[in-house]
Amino acid sequence: MALLEIKNLHVALEDGTPIVKGVDLTVNTNEKHAIMGPNGSGKSTLAYALMGHPAYEITEGEILLDGVDVSDLGADERGQRGLFLAFQYPHAIPGVTVTSFLRSAINAKRKAANGGEDDPIAVKEFRIEMLAAMEHLKVPRELAQRYLNDGFSGGEKKRVEILQMAMLKPRIAVLDETDSGLDIDALRVVANGVNELVGPEMGALVITHYQRILNYITPDHVHVFVDGRIVASGGAELAQKLEAEGYEAFIPAGVASEAS
Amino acid sequence: MSTTENDVVKEIRSEYQYGFSNPDEAKDYFFKSGRGLSHEVVEAIAEHKNEPDWMRKFRHKALDYFYARPLPAWGGNVAEIDFDSIFYYIKPTENQVDKWEDLPADILDTWDKLGIPEAEKKYLAGVGAQYESEVVYHKLQEDLERKGVIFLDMDSALREHEDVVKQYMGTIIPSNDNKFSALNSAVWSGGSFIYVPPGVRIEMPLQAYFRINAENMGQFERTLIIVDEDAYVHYVEGCTAPIYSSDSLHSAVVEIIVKPRGRCRYTTIQNWSNNVYNLVTKRAVAHEDATMEWVDGNLGSKLTMKYPAIWLMGDRAHGEVLSIAFAGKGQHQDAGGKVVHVGKNTSSVITSKSISKDGGRAGYRGLLEVASGATGSKSKVVCDALILDDESRSDTYPYIKVDENDVDLGHEATVSKIGEEQLFYLMSRGLSEAEASAMIVSGFVEPITKELPLEYAVEMNRLIQLQMEGSVG
Repeated sequence: MALLEIKNLHVALEDGTPIVKGVDLTVNTNEKHAIMGPNGSGKSTLAYALMGHPAYEITEGEILLDGVDVSDLGADERGQRGLFLAFQYPHAIPGVTVTSFLRSAINAKRKAANGGEDDPIAVKEFRIEMLAAMEHLKVPRELAQRYLNDGFSGGEKKRVEILQMAMLKPRIAVLDETDSGLDIDALRVVANGVNELVGPEMGALVITHYQRILNYITPDHVHVFVDGRIVASGGAELAQKLEAEGYEAFIPAGVASEAS
Repeated sequence: MSTTENDVVKEIRSEYQYGFSNPDEAKDYFFKSGRGLSHEVVEAIAEHKNEPDWMRKFRHKALDYFYARPLPAWGGNVAEIDFDSIFYYIKPTENQVDKWEDLPADILDTWDKLGIPEAEKKYLAGVGAQYESEVVYHKLQEDLERKGVIFLDMDSALREHEDVVKQYMGTIIPSNDNKFSALNSAVWSGGSFIYVPPGVRIEMPLQAYFRINAENMGQFERTLIIVDEDAYVHYVEGCTAPIYSSDSLHSAVVEIIVKPRGRCRYTTIQNWSNNVYNLVTKRAVAHEDATMEWVDGNLGSKLTMKYPAIWLMGDRAHGEVLSIAFAGKGQHQDAGGKVVHVGKNTSSVITSKSISKDGGRAGYRGLLEVASGATGSKSKVVCDALILDDESRSDTYPYIKVDENDVDLGHEATVSKIGEEQLFYLMSRGLSEAEASAMIVSGFVEPITKELPLEYAVEMNRLIQLQMEGSVG
């Protein structure tokens, strides 16, 4: 059974405007997929729709996670089942520390796994895990007691997204423009975090405009995404080609201006 | 239709865990006045308590003030209070005890359910527990007694320290200050009396717990706190009541004097059931270099009108009001604070966080006044409102009156709603909508809960979570 199967997925805005226009994609554990596309191609909408954002409506098709259609589930249930989205612009939650947020998120997941009964993680166990993950991802210790994303630099936000991923151990991680706002050192740390987590338990889908992050997260499969559709698929070499030649060759006549 | 009403009560009960009552004990009350208010009732209370003549007169005069004053036309709707249906004095037991096990079983059971005896063992220096009109349990740690700390219920204080009570009572809040201070002055019973001698710092909090059990109860405790020079006390009060379909009334008066270099912190976690009118007058006077802090959490009640006040009389006195008001379905929290700068180089901070949901109405009503001559005074007022849905309402009434030029004042106000994007972000990590909303609200009030001792911060967050759980689905 595939880990994530997207079948003929169509997504529209609340006003009915279609954005994603028929996507088929299968991601397995142990696999890293990259979706590359120009601005305005609908990549982020695809990411949000996969996660269950209420502003995006799935008008056709389905999303199977471990064989179960999750397209009617809320974001919370998708998260509990192992879908994870690393946000391009993570939101600030003033007054809630990174520590307290992480513990609540882990406990929410454990509760769901325990049939809806509370099963909180022991405070000590949590602390040991968190400190180890923070050290590994080079997240400064003081961030643990700061309010989630409140006043964080771009790099701090992205590192904390990856920290969340490491702590929540999802089945599939969708990374939406994770490289934006990262310097090379931060990018390396974040990429290493993803590389280490992808394995027999997890697959990853990296959504990006630029090839840069793919120098650090070498994809097994690259998909070119234009105007709401995958227009070409290939191996890592496709990313190199895109970097060298640009998206023009993949943009059908008539949508060029929209996609620029 | 009565079944509908019962269903509503049942529904509310399922969300409010303190809504239980002891229905059978009413017949066992030691003394109960009839319904309604009159000079006869006032006389009966004074008589029953065997009070000195000056107090008897104080009460009767106050009742005249109460009759003479109109109901306030501002704030919340108090016109529906049926003063004739209320019981103004109920004495549940004959004597006060200082061992929990000496209480009647059903009353002890109530305190156990509220966790008070347990809390006393863990982190309190003294406890007073008021049930209806009387403090039925009272205890202060012995070492504090030896240091000269006095912590008594107000009735005992009147008997044992009549001179002090007579000297201060009604001097900070005159009986005729407002309609409800007049009512309290006429029928007061219970409440706390605290005296902290010079230089004595009480590190653990003293707590009073106020419980209404009977239907249509009126609870009118009276509290007087005197913190002497260089002394410190943290006093905490909690309040709950059963849910009835008819209304109860809680109207307290709290007077505080903080002498030079003393510090008093007064924390309230008010969680009355949604059939209680909570109309309370609280005022403190801070002398030279003294500090007064009100931490005021209002989560329960049908209507709360409460604006803890600080008069900064001495030079360099400092005052803080930290206020949380959470209004859910059918609730109106008209909360806030009042600071008057009289001394030179005095400073104050008012921080208000109000939350409204399910059609609730929460507001900040504050007065900041700087008297002529209060040079070098500084004040900062911050009021933030969080509105959780389109049915709910938030109001801000920040009055400022300044008669001095040499002052530094700041005022900030924000109104926000929980954003869909914030919710989505948290939910994507597996939190339910209710959990995510509760987390955002807890974060919103964090600047205040972080000021609370750990146990109370946990309690406050738990209460917020309970409030939030009722809001979704």
